[in-house]
Amino acid sequence: MAPQLLVTLVFFIWPAGQAVWQSFLVEDAFGLSTEFVWFENYAQIFTDSRYYHTLWTTIIFSAGVTLMSMGVSLLLAVMADQVVRGAQVYKTLLIWPYAVAPAVAGVLWLFMFHPTVGVLAYMLDTIGIEWNHFLDGDQALLLVIIAAAWKQISYNFLFFLAGLQAIPQSLHEAAAIDGAGPGRRFFTITFPLLSPTTFFLLVVNVVYAFFDTFGIIHAVTKGGPGDSTRTLVYNVFDDGFVGLDLGGSAAQSVVLMVLVGLMTVVQFRFVERKVQY
Amino acid sequence: MVENRFWLNLLSHLVLGLGVLLVAFPIWIAFVASTHSAQGLVSGTIPFWPGDLFLENFSQVLSGGNDGSVGVSAMLMLFNSLVMALGISIGKIVISLMAAYAIVFFRFPLRSVCFWIIFMTLMLPVEVRIMPTFQVVANLNLLDSYTGLTLPLIASATATFLLRQFYMTIPPELVEAARVDGAGPVKFLFDILLPLSRTNLAALFVIMFIYGWNQYLWPLLVTTDEHYYTIVMGIQRMLAVGDDEVAWNIVMPTTLLAMLPPVGVVLMMQRLFVKGLVETEK
Amino acid sequence: MIRKAVGLALASALSVQVSAATEIEWWHAMGGSLGEKVNEIAEGFNNSQDAYVVKPVFKGNYTETMTAAVAAFRAHQQPHVVQVFEVGTASMMAAKGAVYPTWKLMADAGVEFDPSDYLSSVTGYYTSNDGKMLSMPFNSSTPVLYYNKDALAKVGAEPPKTWEEIGQVGKKLIDAGYKCGFTTGWQSWVQLENFSARHDLPFATQNNGFGGTDTELVINSPAHVKHIAQLAEWQKSGIFSYGGRRSDSAPKFYSGECAMYMNSSASYSGVKGAVSDFEFGVSQLPYWKSMIDTPKNTIIGGATLWTLNGHDAEDYKGVAQFFSYLSSPEVQADWHQFTGYLPITYAAAELTRKQGFYEQNPGTDVAITQMTSGTPTANSKGLRLGNFVQIRDIINEELENVWSGKATAQDALDRAVERGNTLLRKFERSNG
Repeated sequence: MAPQLLVTLVFFIWPAGQAVWQSFLVEDAFGLSTEFVWFENYAQIFTDSRYYHTLWTTIIFSAGVTLMSMGVSLLLAVMADQVVRGAQVYKTLLIWPYAVAPAVAGVLWLFMFHPTVGVLAYMLDTIGIEWNHFLDGDQALLLVIIAAAWKQISYNFLFFLAGLQAIPQSLHEAAAIDGAGPGRRFFTITFPLLSPTTFFLLVVNVVYAFFDTFGIIHAVTKGGPGDSTRTLVYNVFDDGFVGLDLGGSAAQSVVLMVLVGLMTVVQFRFVERKVQY
Repeated sequence: MVENRFWLNLLSHLVLGLGVLLVAFPIWIAFVASTHSAQGLVSGTIPFWPGDLFLENFSQVLSGGNDGSVGVSAMLMLFNSLVMALGISIGKIVISLMAAYAIVFFRFPLRSVCFWIIFMTLMLPVEVRIMPTFQVVANLNLLDSYTGLTLPLIASATATFLLRQFYMTIPPELVEAARVDGAGPVKFLFDILLPLSRTNLAALFVIMFIYGWNQYLWPLLVTTDEHYYTIVMGIQRMLAVGDDEVAWNIVMPTTLLAMLPPVGVVLMMQRLFVKGLVETEK
Repeated sequence: MIRKAVGLALASALSVQVSAATEIEWWHAMGGSLGEKVNEIAEGFNNSQDAYVVKPVFKGNYTETMTAAVAAFRAHQQPHVVQVFEVGTASMMAAKGAVYPTWKLMADAGVEFDPSDYLSSVTGYYTSNDGKMLSMPFNSSTPVLYYNKDALAKVGAEPPKTWEEIGQVGKKLIDAGYKCGFTTGWQSWVQLENFSARHDLPFATQNNGFGGTDTELVINSPAHVKHIAQLAEWQKSGIFSYGGRRSDSAPKFYSGECAMYMNSSASYSGVKGAVSDFEFGVSQLPYWKSMIDTPKNTIIGGATLWTLNGHDAEDYKGVAQFFSYLSSPEVQADWHQFTGYLPITYAAAELTRKQGFYEQNPGTDVAITQMTSGTPTANSKGLRLGNFVQIRDIINEELENVWSGKATAQDALDRAVERGNTLLRKFERSNG
């Protein structure tokens, strides 16, 4: 316990404390002039309609990423669990993208969907869909969702497959003898038994979408066009790291921390209770 | 089984095949891109089939001919990435192991408070708390060191969370039995818990290794000495060419090279990795 | 084996010798081939004397480099010299305690230094109100027009000089079946900042911020609105095609999709390397004949070198010597010819001309001609706005709304002004 607490205290609580302190200040970039302003930075956040828009974008983005990646990987995992031969090969073929750095994943997808040179954009063009995510905010959002979900498929797939393989075959057989078809078996047996896995993945994916997709957004859209792909975390980074507005950025960090705290509580109090173990 | 296995199987293979294509497609494009000339990649649509410059591009990357500005060889950068990834993964496992152990098996004041602190705070990625963290590291005089690269990234909610989930599945009878046999907490940890969670640790190791390997912004900020540069940083630096054109034909092979070690780790540890997860869920 | 051991011993002996010299850290943002050139320059300086060693450190792109330097300064770990892009100028200038002004540095170190050797339209951006140079120009560029000679010849058009002609040529191209007339990189820099300078219009009050931090954006003037509205109309008809915030639109030009492309003169080598299927030419950035008879000079982009306080006086002598080396005609001419950035001194431009470089590489002198024609006015001297990085992003966002048809030019520019002014007030407050 002690080492983790120590590391947490030194490298998180201490910086977090500094962030809280910083959030009450208006300061120039170099820290040469400082003014204590109480809650002004916070007031600015909450009176800015753009911040709510960012929050909304984040929610859509997270829901999109979580649904897409979990849906696709559940489908693939169920199929892989199903096949008699070759499951191992598929597994091997499906898990390696897990190792790709987010920023690199972003670059790859950008490369493919590039309106002028991208292969996929070209294909879309031939079937009559004009792809230009530099201009169309919805397309840009879709692109970052795809890129973020793509990276997460391997991870979810592994966990789902592991969960599926842990379900005793005898249960399936018993249900099959009772006359339940594959679809029914999935919903009455497999899915409920998978719920611990699903819960765990839900937590991981939402956290991932909220906080770890920064690299992808940074590489693909930089929050644009307009502010259509600006998520909360990207906003903190952009205001603090790019704009050097440390006070405003710190205040946003604090808001995020509170949000994470709330999310954690909700997840544990309400979701975990319903999940079977 | 009762129903027609054949069609089900065929459908499964079809869907899986599509999935594999979907997942592998970007990698294929990366591979294709590393076989063409720089010029071929920025004018006109990116070709779909490989060109004939594979060897040329790769040898250029390996010899470091094109990007002399990195200043150090790709081998050293790969080595640094390895040190960082190993440091982070092993460090994380050790401290999470202890933390989860304490949280699950000991009653002490503020136990749940400690858990909440660890769990919720560490969800915030480094990118967001990067400025204050940098100051802390600078104050501790850890800039330009492997310690500075790894230590701040070591505390991990994911690992603690996963291990906690696993420990909670250990039947109380087992704990009781160990106590009756006179096994102290340390003995219990080493003789019973560790062997039991060996596979979980393998899974964690893979996750953390990759997390460490893929760090970019943090190494960029804390290193000024090129002997501590990591490979992902190297790729980013090739992309930050300002007004110049990005040499995709060099970036892409480097990307593939940078992907090999973590992919290797995933594939090598695949069995243990997956087994570990299965046991977590039992 | 023995040879290896001797080699090692030699190497360590050498490194001891190296560490005896004073080390000067130089953080820069030049990746790729530019980075190699930076290392070459540092090496050249290190070989020219043995009291100092300049150690260039690549710290990522401009934003990352500046932020790294700021973070390092706050933690008392700052480098001696840092390369900061032009939009960071106001922040650096306001940080009086952090910055060691170049004129003072040179004077204190007793190194010979004449500001009038430097291109006035370059240094103008970086001098204080009383005409003193605060940072050392390093890489400066200015937007120019690249055009596809073959495409223009095919539709029987001359390279356009004015925006009116751009419209006509664009129409001809579209009629001839081309998908797009022209595109642009860095829209705020090219289509608003340089648009203002070229037409002698203010971008912000208080002489574009040179007069004080109590400045306000004025980019919603009728002229600005007219220009952006025209571009929006062209975006609809295909004459203009937006392709991204930075240089993301370049492939549109390389692939032949767009026959004209406005971007930094420093893109020259990139364009030259990427274009294969057609001949390309370079000409000056267009202007509206209806708005001005003789256009003013364009303003620069790029970066300068700032010296940061907090090191020994002895170290700064080395910095001064290095700056002096950097400005020598040979080093500058080489840098200019290799990268396409402007030569920062008149001597370097002259040397390049003498070497016959411009004759062999037609179009490379367009930027200098465009920069040095006429004396800069208050409106074409440059911009000095705080939080300018974010203001540019706001402008990007609002312009994108115009291109996609979500907002009219007037509404978008009004909003850009309003949002930008909020940031300017914030900057005024923390930097007074």
